[in-house]
Amino acid sequence: MNAPIALTRRQFLKVTALAGGGLMIGFRFGAMDAEAATLDPNAWVKIEPTGKVTLVCQRNEMGQDVHTSLTMLLAEELGVDPRRVTVVQASANPAYVNNLLGAQITGGSTSVRDGWETLRKAGAATRMMLTNAAAAQWQVPASEIRAQDGELTHGRRKVSYGALASAAARQPVPVDIALKPPSQFTVIGKPLARLDGADKARGKTVFGIDVVQPGMMYAALAACPVLGGKVASFDAAAVEKRPGVKKVVNIGEGVAVVADHYWTARKALGDVKIQWDEGPGARLDTAAIYAALEASASKPGAVVKQSGDAALSFTSGKPVEAKYTVQMLAHATLEPQNCVARVGADGVDVWMSTQFPQGAQGAAAEVGGVKPEQVRIHPQFIGGGFGRRLDLDLVIQTVAIAKSMPGTPVKLIWSREDDTTHDFYRPPSLHLLRGVVDQGRVVALSAKMVSPSITARMFPVFVKDGLDGFMTEGAANLTYEIPNLDLRSVIQEVGVRVGYWRSVSNALNAFAIESFIDELAHAAGQDPVALRANMLDKMPRQRAVLERVVRDSGYRAKPANGRAFGVAAMECYGTHVAMVAEVSGSADKVKLEKISMCVDIGLAVHPDQVVAQLEGGAVTGLINTLRSKITVKDGRVVQTNFHDFRLPRMSDVPPIAVTVLEGGGAPGGIGEVGVPLVAPAVANAVFALTGRRVRTLPLEDGGVTFA
Amino acid sequence: MTKLTLNGKATTVDAAPDTPLLWVLRDHLNMTGTKFGCGASLCGACTVHLDGVPTRSCVTPVSAVEGRKVTTIEGLSGKVGAAVQRAWDKMQVPQCGYCQSGQVMAATALLSRNAKPSDAQIREAMDGNICRCGTYGRIRAAINDAAKELGGSA
Repeated sequence: MNAPIALTRRQFLKVTALAGGGLMIGFRFGAMDAEAATLDPNAWVKIEPTGKVTLVCQRNEMGQDVHTSLTMLLAEELGVDPRRVTVVQASANPAYVNNLLGAQITGGSTSVRDGWETLRKAGAATRMMLTNAAAAQWQVPASEIRAQDGELTHGRRKVSYGALASAAARQPVPVDIALKPPSQFTVIGKPLARLDGADKARGKTVFGIDVVQPGMMYAALAACPVLGGKVASFDAAAVEKRPGVKKVVNIGEGVAVVADHYWTARKALGDVKIQWDEGPGARLDTAAIYAALEASASKPGAVVKQSGDAALSFTSGKPVEAKYTVQMLAHATLEPQNCVARVGADGVDVWMSTQFPQGAQGAAAEVGGVKPEQVRIHPQFIGGGFGRRLDLDLVIQTVAIAKSMPGTPVKLIWSREDDTTHDFYRPPSLHLLRGVVDQGRVVALSAKMVSPSITARMFPVFVKDGLDGFMTEGAANLTYEIPNLDLRSVIQEVGVRVGYWRSVSNALNAFAIESFIDELAHAAGQDPVALRANMLDKMPRQRAVLERVVRDSGYRAKPANGRAFGVAAMECYGTHVAMVAEVSGSADKVKLEKISMCVDIGLAVHPDQVVAQLEGGAVTGLINTLRSKITVKDGRVVQTNFHDFRLPRMSDVPPIAVTVLEGGGAPGGIGEVGVPLVAPAVANAVFALTGRRVRTLPLEDGGVTFA
Repeated sequence: MTKLTLNGKATTVDAAPDTPLLWVLRDHLNMTGTKFGCGASLCGACTVHLDGVPTRSCVTPVSAVEGRKVTTIEGLSGKVGAAVQRAWDKMQVPQCGYCQSGQVMAATALLSRNAKPSDAQIREAMDGNICRCGTYGRIRAAINDAAKELGGSA
């Protein structure tokens, strides 16, 4: 997710004196109603008289380090040790809308980019109010007061933030807020252990699936095995009177058993006889999905990026042509989908791992038959998001079940099989490419992506004139200077529900385009690195990461000793990235030796976790690359669990070397940057090793076997 | 009724004999540090120690642990467990953290029986534990670091 959905920013501040005499301050940006925002203690910072500092974290922690990174932004300007900040997860509230996405969403590698100014200003304004309160008390100029480590000092006088919190809350809100230049940073860019790391190594972190509420019951759900099908009839006579079983509920798309324990519910569900109305989806299979894409390949599509006259270049030159396809994938978060909901006279409570609290609130209100403001969302630590937890199916199902048992909290837990077979899958795609190389440069390139649109399903207002901004990723951000360019996309639905999957279309387009650039280089007898570098004269930072990773990785176009290298490069999420994959062996047994990458992120807020995200991103890239895929037969997803939806294990993952450059400016995104280039870099290395050009993912479907 | 020794304490649970130990821990005893990932012994998120041996609690019926010693992440103690958790902190292993209880239990079991594992032995011992975030490199580094701290390597 990278598409800029720009909002006009109207910044204003609001201070609320807390009941306990503390200070709470919030910045809110436009596109929201100030009155609605007052429903919650709606802010980022809270300082209590005890000195306790709390950050209400507006983005959801799913491993990508927002709790720590966003705390660092606040702490830098507030003048507190980030290790002493208590982080709580924000509920659904317009104050927390992500200005880069236009909704309260965690995704699109935007959390630090969106919070970069907001949270530093929140910290600075709070510090200024504390300083002004001390200045008034001590009758000294504010400029002479030092704010550091939660204390204000002037000469020998010293007071803690907590002791001044109440007085500070009565100070006027600063209008002009000056932020520190990076040269003065003492927190940002410095080493810091993750605030949530120690608990996670000790089993203490509470994920959505771990939530326990008084009197809670457990639910298991049998959903129609055909996507889009529904319950025709069911017979639960065999289980209704079984000890522990509380209720059997038909929610339309499936039948749920609610019981006093999860295992009781799960076992009973197996004895409920259900007749399905499978609907038209029962005829769907993988071949039909790709046939639908093929059938639309001749459509002109919508223009993503265009310059010169590519068509003319193809008639005069001798173009190289190729067709690429990319597989469907499940998200396979290790924490299976789950949700806890309670529907009572006082509204609806929802405890869940979610990337989209605002959407969850709306969905719960609709199903629960209440107003959104009567829904309280309690977001929990997420056991893996990757885009899966942007979807709202679990809250819809759980509220529907809980509604039938007013006042009782119900925890719905999907099995792994439910999770694999009822995902919102990464879309399948087809890519048609054509290009001409002349005198060491690509002089003409056309690329057309044919794929279903996720945004058309989830946020249809953002699809305009046949363009889905999330589908153009990986094409719209092409870095190469190519005089005749024609990049297009064709939205073609295929009967599968599709979802955002870490790095979204960047991974699809990058596989096609960066593999094809390699094809063009080889067809023209050019070195793939030199061809790319030749087209980056106007993109010095992009060129720098390419040259650096080539040097660091030991890349050679024609190495000896049975090894080979493949290269790929792009810009995504505001960050420049280049990758080299090193392989050895032969087509029937390719060994991944090493993945090297270099990024220019501008500025790294939490450097070790920038590296961690890139390392993990590369492993996610391997899911896309090696052997994982989702296929459909008779309307049913074929894969069910980790034996046939195979994720990379320790033995599949080579050493991953990361170099981080900071070329200046605001931080770029990082959570998804490590993903897209793995497939083209490895595919290009496989070509260099074996002479076999694989134009489909996973690469094992193209006749390559990985050791 | 099943009697077992859980984290050093005599414990009695009233659950159907075929209930997997995982769900007894999580639902009956509210010990949620042990995670549900696959229900089929394919991911390792539910790893506990059964008489010291790393065991997938999602496919172990509670009846099978009658009279035996079960250790979960909540009860992990001793020199090796502490060294592993310190190494996890030092190497900043966890991302989402969901698999990490199982990873720590598997790593502790490995180092308890092999103080100086080779890279191949680490891979073999840990290959059953999926980390969807991809922290494998740091897990390997942390196991090596813990082994070093425990004096298993030069």
